[in-house]
Amino acid sequence: MKARVLIRPKQGILDPQGEAVQRALPALGFSGVANVHVGRLVELDVEDAQQLQPMCDKLLANPLVEDYEVQLLDGGADAK
Amino acid sequence: MKFGVLQFPGSCDEVDALAAARLVGEAELIWHGERDLQGADAIIVPGGFSYGDYLRAGAIARFAPAMESVIDFAREGGPVLGICNGFQVLCEARLLPGALLVNANRRFTFRQLQLEVVNADTTFTRACTEGERLSIPAKHAWGRYYADERTLAAMRDKGQVVLRYAPGQSFNGSLHDIAGVCNEAGNVFGLMPHPEHAVDELTGESLDGLKIFESMRLAVDGAPA
Amino acid sequence: MTAAASTAPTLQDALALGLTAEEYELVCEKQGAPPNVLELAMYSLLWSEHCAYKHSKKLLRTLPTEGRHVVMGPGENAGAVDVGNGLACAFKVESHNHPSAVEPFQGAATGVGGILRDIFAIGARPIAVLDSLRFGEPAGESATRTRYLLDGAVSGIGHYGNSIGVPTIGGEVYFEGPYEHNCLVNAMALGLGERERLVRSAAAGTGNVLVLFGAATGRDGIGGASVLASAELDAGDTSSGGDSDKRPTVQVGDPFEEKKLLECSLQLLARDLIVSLQDLGAAGLTSSAAEMASKGEVGIEIDVAKVPLREAGMEPFEVMVSESQERMLCVVEPANVAAVLALCERWEVNGAAIGRVTDTGRVRVLAGDEQVGDMPVRALVDDCPLYDLAPQKPASPIYPPPPRTLHADATIRDTLLALLACPNIASRRPLFEQYDAIVQSRTVRRPEQADAAVLALADGSALAVSIDCNGRRVAADPYTGTVQTVLECAANLACAGAEPLGTTNNLNFGNPEKPHIAWQLTEAVRGLGDACRALQAPIVGGNVSLYNEGATGPIYPTPVIGMVGRMPDARAAGRLGFGRAGDEIALVGPFAPSLAASELAKLRGQALPDGLARVDVAAVHAAQVAVREAVRAGALSSAHDIAEGGLAIALAECCLAGGVGARVELGDLSGRAAEALFGEAPGGFVVSASADALSELERSAPVHRLGTVGGDSLQLSMAGGAEASGDAGGATGERVSVSLEELARAHARLAELFS
Repeated sequence: MKARVLIRPKQGILDPQGEAVQRALPALGFSGVANVHVGRLVELDVEDAQQLQPMCDKLLANPLVEDYEVQLLDGGADAK
Repeated sequence: MKFGVLQFPGSCDEVDALAAARLVGEAELIWHGERDLQGADAIIVPGGFSYGDYLRAGAIARFAPAMESVIDFAREGGPVLGICNGFQVLCEARLLPGALLVNANRRFTFRQLQLEVVNADTTFTRACTEGERLSIPAKHAWGRYYADERTLAAMRDKGQVVLRYAPGQSFNGSLHDIAGVCNEAGNVFGLMPHPEHAVDELTGESLDGLKIFESMRLAVDGAPA
Repeated sequence: MTAAASTAPTLQDALALGLTAEEYELVCEKQGAPPNVLELAMYSLLWSEHCAYKHSKKLLRTLPTEGRHVVMGPGENAGAVDVGNGLACAFKVESHNHPSAVEPFQGAATGVGGILRDIFAIGARPIAVLDSLRFGEPAGESATRTRYLLDGAVSGIGHYGNSIGVPTIGGEVYFEGPYEHNCLVNAMALGLGERERLVRSAAAGTGNVLVLFGAATGRDGIGGASVLASAELDAGDTSSGGDSDKRPTVQVGDPFEEKKLLECSLQLLARDLIVSLQDLGAAGLTSSAAEMASKGEVGIEIDVAKVPLREAGMEPFEVMVSESQERMLCVVEPANVAAVLALCERWEVNGAAIGRVTDTGRVRVLAGDEQVGDMPVRALVDDCPLYDLAPQKPASPIYPPPPRTLHADATIRDTLLALLACPNIASRRPLFEQYDAIVQSRTVRRPEQADAAVLALADGSALAVSIDCNGRRVAADPYTGTVQTVLECAANLACAGAEPLGTTNNLNFGNPEKPHIAWQLTEAVRGLGDACRALQAPIVGGNVSLYNEGATGPIYPTPVIGMVGRMPDARAAGRLGFGRAGDEIALVGPFAPSLAASELAKLRGQALPDGLARVDVAAVHAAQVAVREAVRAGALSSAHDIAEGGLAIALAECCLAGGVGARVELGDLSGRAAEALFGEAPGGFVVSASADALSELERSAPVHRLGTVGGDSLQLSMAGGAEASGDAGGATGERVSVSLEELARAHARLAELFS
């Protein structure tokens, strides 16, 4: 099945990339934008969805500084 | 004394680390796929872009067969020095606390910096004195040191903060201007600046980097400088 | 392009791909029948300006290419000069202008990737990169776009060079109106290899195997060479919306892949496993295979079904024209193929035998069992028509005068600070701090430490390298402006202590079919040839980028020059900053400053002059030699070539680099203060040394004592009334004093572009 992992910087940690994007948007005419954060996306086909969490903990994310969310794309999402 | 310098696909400064290590002892390259550390007395995990910094800097290199041996070596008390990308690998491998995040200025930056020696009582800084200034270049895009407040407090208490950027010098936004840290046991040390690029009068702006390699030699050989 | 392979393409298709009607007829004649889809695609690329140099090849043949240091001249992947101890230094400059205008990060990054491959394709390990950039003005209407392109290009160059572990040690950037819609991104690389083991690219040996190795092949840059590089950019293309349709044709680079490719290639060569090697650049497999066959006077057969692909359903012509990055093609004796593929596997790069060398003199392309293309090698490569230029000096100015940015009643002090802060002169630190300049531990002089970058060699000698071109001066006078460019490059080398060994050039011009551009090109090449002959620094290779113009007009003619030199003792490498308080400062050389085409003239909004003063090349050369010898002897504390901004700016730069001030007495300037202080010309150097050393230097070059190093400000004293025109005039007995701090603030102005 297809899975999608969204990886975001943990709350409270400085996110300069998010800040840079947040600063750039008004200059392009977009107002009312707040709380921009920049992270990573990993998409993969897996046979065993149970393996996704350990994959995230071990390699795909750094739990010290990142949170992640796993989405199963063939019906239903599983957030963490 | 023999240094082992790891070489991953994408390592860049392993050649420079090898040359620097050879100024104080013998040194050989250790291919990432090999588990045999070739009798090295100390290990250097060098700078560069191992595996292209894909996913996260150091995230893939930490699983190399050679790194498995290095982890065992470290657990047994062997001295391990991680420089720049090497520091990132050691944090990913959990041999050192904390993580390296993208520079506060978001850009790769290369600059000769002043560092301060916070703890001169380690395997890696014994040839220095506390409070001494070292002139060493830094060149990286992901060098902002982060650990949560509780970890940082514990590290400070146990003397694990080894080097700091002198006031106003840091471009990466590291918490408390931390430039280099060691583990609790004091045998694993990581720093973002590159001491191997401050060992030669012709190409280095100072010889201060040599002190780090010399300290390691002192620790292994037990003989005074 | 027509869809099904069975539908024969028409003249309309040929025109859409960039061929002229006459060229299409010629192709039909050479083929004996109208070409099919694949054949037309290959001809359209190989016969594009970018690959065939149709409008420049005849001119380039007039350049000097031989010399006692030359090991490999033009025509190979890169040129090379002998640097002693059995070593050769390979070097070349190339452009990636059109792709960078469309996607600056990837355009610049893949430009660096491409030039690096040219270096290791001849068996040299890359040791340095330099970049030469041109954008529009970073102020006014073009500001946003300029900042976007500048930021993207610098990030891209840094990303690629830093990741692959090759230091970026120097470069230049200019901001001028005429580049606004046609930016220039030129990348130069140097490498070291064993003189006797440099590899040529001619395919040889009937029955030998063609092995493709490196990254998998996808749809990157399909049609890039002919669609982008041989046509003028349309008027609407300056907004990101207009260019976004062109984005799929821009290549995406992967420096990590190239690092593996580099190590694999060098090991293949070290183990004598390959006969010849060629990198895949513009026009991908098409040009590599055809050019290897042409040089070797052999034939080639390729089966596209054997090429490792990363996209499904690619048509044969797509495989042949793909510009996917990080790929090399080699010729291997059958007995060595297994070893070659094994080495590729160790380095984790794809390796596949995709064809063979034949004796048919033809390029045959197969898709499995089916033949999909068959063309004579000569027709593809050698028989492409070459065109004569029809040069004609323009009757009226081509370029509009720049906007005035310096107010009319500016004092000398105001002028000095305005020049120091202007985009063409301000410190490039915000750029070069994004580059790793020290990896590989050879760098003896980092950016802003000397006029040229300096790299140590194992035997204690050193290489120096510089890349230069002031396009505005070339626009004012293509012949003399180009002569001055070559002299500028050599002067930078001299200040570091190096003697020129060889030259590379990237000719960036507008549409050569227009007589005034043809005139610029012809005159520039004439100047290039004369100057290189005079300095005995032959051309060992280079690149041509034409059609750099749009609805708003052509770029300034920009013949970018890269020069490599050598000095016997790395420890004696020169520095540009004043070193010692108490040293005497002097102006050395036959310096005849003029405000014509100067940076000050630009700030004043003046139109380009029609022509520049003739240069006494012999006298300038003699001064360069004198300065070089004095630097080598350790007689000078500092040496700095006078360039944009003239003498006053050079003095300010020496103070800033040295972190120390100066007291300078200029005497009676007779109302020509602006010219004396800010006028530009070749052959002027600011040096600092002991009084004795200056007396010694006086025996071989004109030396005009100026003052003393010391204090924490730059003080200029002069006598002799205001200029008649009123601009930058000074009252009798004027003294200008600017603190180092204030100089530094002005000098740091470019940082604003990167916030």
